[in-house]
Amino acid sequence: MVKVSNLTKSFGDNLVLDDISLDVKTGENAVVFGRSGTGKSVLLKCIVKLLIPDAGEILVDGKNVHSLKEKDLNELRKEIGFLFQGSALYDSMSVKENLEFPLIRNKKEMSSEERDEKIKQVLKAVDLENVIDKMPDELSGGMKKRIGLARTIITEPKLILYDEPTTGLDPITVKEISELIKELQKDLNVTSIIVTHDLLCAQIISDRAIVLNEGKIIYDGGLENLTKSDDKFLKDFFTNEYSR
Amino acid sequence: MKNNTKEKKPIPFSPTVTSFFEIVAGLTIFSLGFFKEVFSPPYEFAEIKKHIDELGIKTLPIVTVTGFIIGLVLAMQSQPVMSRFGAESFLPSMVALSVVRELGPVLTALIFAGRVSSGIGAELSSMRVTEQIDAMEVSAVHPYRYLVVTRILACTLILPILTLYVNFLAIIGGFIAISLSQGITFHQYIDAVFRSLQFSDLIPGLAKTFVFGFIVGAVGAYKGYNATNGTVGVGRASTSAVVMASLLILITDMVLVKITVIIWSQ
Ligand SMILES: Nc1ncnc2c1ncn2[C@@H]1O[C@H](COP(=O)(O)OP(=O)(O)OP(=O)(O)O)[C@@H](O)[C@H]1O
Ligand SMILES: [Mg+2]
Repeated sequence: MVKVSNLTKSFGDNLVLDDISLDVKTGENAVVFGRSGTGKSVLLKCIVKLLIPDAGEILVDGKNVHSLKEKDLNELRKEIGFLFQGSALYDSMSVKENLEFPLIRNKKEMSSEERDEKIKQVLKAVDLENVIDKMPDELSGGMKKRIGLARTIITEPKLILYDEPTTGLDPITVKEISELIKELQKDLNVTSIIVTHDLLCAQIISDRAIVLNEGKIIYDGGLENLTKSDDKFLKDFFTNEYSR
Repeated sequence: MKNNTKEKKPIPFSPTVTSFFEIVAGLTIFSLGFFKEVFSPPYEFAEIKKHIDELGIKTLPIVTVTGFIIGLVLAMQSQPVMSRFGAESFLPSMVALSVVRELGPVLTALIFAGRVSSGIGAELSSMRVTEQIDAMEVSAVHPYRYLVVTRILACTLILPILTLYVNFLAIIGGFIAISLSQGITFHQYIDAVFRSLQFSDLIPGLAKTFVFGFIVGAVGAYKGYNATNGTVGVGRASTSAVVMASLLILITDMVLVKITVIIWSQ
């Protein structure tokens, strides 16, 4: 579904991604770990062409994202969901209008009753049915995150890129959201790349972990082996014990 | 490590001059996008109507006051001078001509710029820095068409209407000032106004307001759409939009006045 080959991206002198390759199969959930500022968000943005890489190739569903014509790119983007790290809710629109926005434009065959039904359904999935008429600035940070998630999944994309879907949520909601992501994969065969710092979330969702450090992928494999690794960085990153 | 600054050739102009031309070039390319996108569907009629309503409500109070005062002050100011030359009877024509040809369009546009291009700049730049524009783009909605084209169009359509309204109020304001000191009836005044106004005064005065409206929308949107640097960028986008829009309005006005003089004198 997603095939990244030799991706390199820098901002000025700041080399962020250095010759990265990865391959995520259809129906797979891949979790991406890495320290703050290593370029996880940049990686996701390159995949949907919000950022242009300096070198390398990205195939989504067999199509080369960075050489598609605008029209074809938009067709492809309709099949991709993107959850922004900062939610990116449209702040001049109510929650309902936020959720309607992609539906009206990308699912033209839907009637307004079907849309309302769909909106109810996703709000229920993120457990926020009561905020439908609120404006984004009336919501808490965690609520915004969940509405952002609802807006991402509402068009039923085949590929979803989550940028920290559970950051800032309480442990119970983290579990619920992670289970929701897992269900999407199981029921609809959605492919996902999930950036997270949350081991609990990863354990629920993931078949596979990818660790980024200093612009390189330093680990790509099963989650269970991660915590047993001998690598100094992985040890520091994934062991919870605090010792001095 | 590569040092970029050393490789550059020396710049013949001072940095402010080059960056001015850079901005003008950027703005031109940005605005040309409007003509490319405005005719291609999907048309966002609901958005355009929403912006027109908002712009109207936002600017109506201030242009009302301005319009009235322009006429009042213009008549009061000119009266002593005109009477010194024994030309008091020309006062109504003078007020009408100055308002319709120059003061109405330019002052309305400048006020509109202050109120609107800053608003558009702030709105779009905060959408930019909170990634709302990116979010639109990945949901396969053309953000330029949805956010920029609709706003520029709304500005271009509403400024001429506002200007007509201001012209009307200014002429009324002029009447009040003149009638207080000269004892002229409303009928006589309006008669004098319409006798002096010709098509060649009305049309250029109104035509340029479309251009001014376009400038206000385009500059605000350009500054906002290309904002960077978080909240600092939002502030910068909105203030620099006002400065730039006002400047461009004045420069364009100068050029257009010259052009109309050439056309009409032939
Ligand atoms: N638009 C941009 N312009 C310049 N530099 C950028 C831009 N976006 C990201 N960077 C730089 O790229 C690097 C990686 O940023 P990125 O947002 O991908 O980090 P991250 O891994 O997502 O971190 P976090 O976990 O904190 O979200 C950072 O050093 C950042 O300064
Ligand atoms: Mg990030």
